[in-house]
Amino acid sequence: MAQSSLRTPLSRARGLGSAHEGVGRFISERATSVALVPLTLWAVYAGVKLGQGGYAGAVGFLQSPVNAVMAALLIFVSALHMKMGMQVIIEDYIHIPNRKLPLLLLNSGLCWLAAAIGVFSVLKVALLGVGAH
Amino acid sequence: MSQVKADARGPGTAVRARPMSPHLQVWRWHVTMAASIATRVSGGALYVGLLIVVGLALSLAAGPGAYTAFAGVLGSPIGLLVLFGITVANFYHLAAGVRHLAFDSGKGFLPTTANITAWLCFGFAIVAGIAVFALALMTRS
Repeated sequence: MAQSSLRTPLSRARGLGSAHEGVGRFISERATSVALVPLTLWAVYAGVKLGQGGYAGAVGFLQSPVNAVMAALLIFVSALHMKMGMQVIIEDYIHIPNRKLPLLLLNSGLCWLAAAIGVFSVLKVALLGVGAH
Repeated sequence: MSQVKADARGPGTAVRARPMSPHLQVWRWHVTMAASIATRVSGGALYVGLLIVVGLALSLAAGPGAYTAFAGVLGSPIGLLVLFGITVANFYHLAAGVRHLAFDSGKGFLPTTANITAWLCFGFAIVAGIAVFALALMTRS
């Protein structure tokens, strides 16, 4: 190889670069993107359906196992995806550590809280139905 | 080195000084740039969108009173406007996301292709957003 790289074959195979991290983040962003293609299309369908039924209709909608699983996945995968997306935005625009760190923590906390509350709520309605509140 | 600087500034030379670095005010607006900005903005809108979805799920778990109140806010004129914006943002971010997955695999970087796909993303978002929202408004109870 005339244009020999300074990187070793092992380094190239690991694909981690000099920072030894970041590839996992890159892959997670793309993997959640691909998963969200069907999930967001389902979300549009769910939004139209929920507009038709009121409270009883919404409970009935989530009592279908397929809908409950899709709703839980939509909320969880979206929370992961938006946590990473907002983190990139914060890191791009906020350069003062004293402001950046709290915002990053707030973003992580908000996304994990939204995921936990959302999935718990969906499961509660799906498993217990009407009248168990 | 000082010669380069003198040429760039060049009050005495015939060559006019060029912009030294990219800057918002001197950038010509083009569709791929708008598409990039819109991807980020729509992502921000969908951040709020998921919080609304979680709020709706929470109110549904809390009982009929909370759900009816929450749905009532979403069904108000301002609520519907927000939902319409989120619907368009959803379709835009979806299309732009697929476009970026193509970029990640090394495809679609020719200027003509990138311009066309950027316009397609905007077109798809507006058409699909209006179509779905009209359907939702016509069929809602």
